[in-house]
Amino acid sequence: MKARFLIPLGIFLVVVVFLAIGLTKDPRDVPSVLINEKAPEFVLPDLLDPEKQVRSADMRGRVWLLNVWGTWCPECWREHDFLKYLAKSEGVAIIGIDWRDERGEALAFLRNKGNPFLAVGFDPDSQAIMDWGVYGAPETFLIDKKGFIRWKHTGAITSQLWREELKALMQRLEAES
Amino acid sequence: MIPEIGHLALILALAMALAQGLFPLIGAHRGIPSWVAMAKPAAQAHLLFMLVAYGCLTYAFLVHDFSVAYVAHNSNTQLPTLYLISGVWGAHEGSLLFWALTLALWTGAVTFFSRSVPQVMVARVVGVMGLVSVGFLLFMLLTSNPFDRLFNPPAEGRDLNPLLQDPGLAIHPPMLYMGYVGFSVAFAFAIAAMLGGRLDAAWARWSRPWTSVAWVFLTLGIVLGSWWAYYELGWGGWWFWDPVENASFMPWIVGTALMHSLAVTEKRGAFKAWTVLLAIFAFSLSLLGTFLVRSGVLTSVHAFATDPARGVFILLFLGVVVGGSLLLYSWRAAQIKSSVKFQLVSRETGLLLNNVILVVTACSVLLGTLYPLMIDALGGGKISVGPPYFNSVFIPLTVPLALLVGVGALLRWKSDDAAALAVRLLPHLLISVVAGFGLPLIFAPSFSWGAVLGVFLATWVLFTTLQWLRERAGAGRGLWQALRSTPRGGWGMVFGHLGIAVFVLGVALTSIYSTEKDLRLEPGENYSLGGYDFLFEGVDVTQGPNFTANRGRVVISRDGAHVATLHPEKRVYAVQRMPMTEAGIDAGLFRDLFVALGEPLGEEGAWAVRIYHKPFVRWIWLGGLFMSLGGLLAASDRRYFKLARKARLTADQAAAGATA
Repeated sequence: MKARFLIPLGIFLVVVVFLAIGLTKDPRDVPSVLINEKAPEFVLPDLLDPEKQVRSADMRGRVWLLNVWGTWCPECWREHDFLKYLAKSEGVAIIGIDWRDERGEALAFLRNKGNPFLAVGFDPDSQAIMDWGVYGAPETFLIDKKGFIRWKHTGAITSQLWREELKALMQRLEAES
Repeated sequence: MIPEIGHLALILALAMALAQGLFPLIGAHRGIPSWVAMAKPAAQAHLLFMLVAYGCLTYAFLVHDFSVAYVAHNSNTQLPTLYLISGVWGAHEGSLLFWALTLALWTGAVTFFSRSVPQVMVARVVGVMGLVSVGFLLFMLLTSNPFDRLFNPPAEGRDLNPLLQDPGLAIHPPMLYMGYVGFSVAFAFAIAAMLGGRLDAAWARWSRPWTSVAWVFLTLGIVLGSWWAYYELGWGGWWFWDPVENASFMPWIVGTALMHSLAVTEKRGAFKAWTVLLAIFAFSLSLLGTFLVRSGVLTSVHAFATDPARGVFILLFLGVVVGGSLLLYSWRAAQIKSSVKFQLVSRETGLLLNNVILVVTACSVLLGTLYPLMIDALGGGKISVGPPYFNSVFIPLTVPLALLVGVGALLRWKSDDAAALAVRLLPHLLISVVAGFGLPLIFAPSFSWGAVLGVFLATWVLFTTLQWLRERAGAGRGLWQALRSTPRGGWGMVFGHLGIAVFVLGVALTSIYSTEKDLRLEPGENYSLGGYDFLFEGVDVTQGPNFTANRGRVVISRDGAHVATLHPEKRVYAVQRMPMTEAGIDAGLFRDLFVALGEPLGEEGAWAVRIYHKPFVRWIWLGGLFMSLGGLLAASDRRYFKLARKARLTADQAAAGATA
């Protein structure tokens, strides 16, 4: 057997190894450059009451989640029930940003499915979202008492994620002064 | 009840595929004629059960049987009938069923149209395809059963992904799959030839028409996909180097190389080991494409819902099929002795260069596609390789290819006279240089070296290809007679290569001379682009079968004369709440005018509007259609049918002799 005819097999095996490693990773999990940076400030009109405003500055001194969603995003629908559980049973403070959406649709959605958010900023033109480096929904940020981003997740928050990662992290941040 | 019949049919198809894979291969190896004879009936029964299974799923869509999970997730009572039928292949499970059905169809076709091929060879080919089917059917039954039921069927389905609700996209996947899976025939012929230990010119001749037909389907599939992306995604682009686009493009490039290499192996008996390797490579890339789309290792607009178990299964399958073939190759190819000699200036060299360039191109696309994955696997973080990489690699590789396309066909087999060739080519070179500089200078709005290169290459391909036709005349034959006597295979080559000329011109002129503008337009406002006046008349709300749309009205005129009225739409589909852009396009042979609606701005009815003027964009797809036509002509060449008839006659005579 001449060795050169084994070359294609060798190359293929190398590719398979890479593909196998690739299977264990999630390509959507892009780390944000904002982790451990100061969270960008935003001031947005309140979805529920356009006269009022939702400010990130109002959350200073609390550990809270920023959840970016929209009624056009099927994954957000799936996530919604778990967010309600977090807000009601675990007492997590969640600020929503309704992104690229229509006010009527969003209001109907919250009326029908319940509202897990302390407040919802309305951002149809990606004004605030740009600064946060969001390119898809749902996306969730964890902000600490001093207003720094400590954790971020692209895609729906699941009970598994909460149990294994988020819950402990939030408890630790609550303990910080 | 019907879904259970479908499920049962799938299991029976698996049993048939097993029989089809095992008996003929073992029978051919051990020399048991009755086992060899099982190939055809088993393959046809396999096809029958696949048709039943596929029919059952289609029926579930048509009657809105939302107790079937796949139907509930991908259909809706408001969905138009066309999309109920195309919805069957709209998501992972159904498209996998379609893949398996296509494989059964190709296998069935092999059993019906291979009478000129020895029975043992057909048995091996059918057997190899049967084993591939076993893999796909197992994959479906174990991880992705399309007939899974829901215990609490919803009253209404979740609707088909609105991106897929489009006539262009309804036929894009079937074409693509016919192409992908069609390469399994060439693959099976190569494996069968290796198993039989006879890697001669015969297997190349048998697999040539099959390869051409598969290639035609793949070409059409890619053209349709590109055209769909152009008018449906609303970005005015026609190719995005998305991983999944690349997954269809790589088998196409290697398939193109395979078609040319098969010609050398058939006619001259050269490149034997190389051709076998290409046949394996083309089908492996089809399988790799399936893996990339369905395993979730790469992000893409095309990606199906992902599940790690599926990825593991396909990777194992890929390893067995490709690894096994390459192992067989390393053993058999070493035994090939090639005694064919050819000179440096010869058609063999031309085709060798064609193959080298195409394979290098395919490898660089593969590298670019897998690079983010490899960097991540090596712990280098997340990166994405976008159009800048692909364009900077792809364009320098295609220029020498275009230079060689017409010339290669002009060369004689074995050896040719370089000086005489130069004399034959010189006039065409002059014409092409003059056209390359002249046409852009006279007609184009601005000078650009890229346009000069593009026009030069297109003219060069055109004239060298026509030269081939001209040279068939002479030697006592008139031009007309020569054209009439040119076989279909020759015409196939001519149209295929003219397709490249048309495509190159389209790509060059569109990418250089397109203009676009993002605007804020109020009703009654006017904007002028590329010599056309675009008058925005405002937006109305209209109602579709399962969506509501904001429908814009844009009147286009040129020098006061009305050109077209376009209706770009912004749709919101009722169930999935997904906004979709339907561009308004006025298509023309020499330019497209393209208007896409953005977001409403302010209270006075103003909208964000994007307008494009795209010269020669149609030529990109026109080139693809020319190439497909070429492939069809080549596959329908009479000599393949003559061979079949001759083989049948000898078989009949032998039978008659035996009874007499």
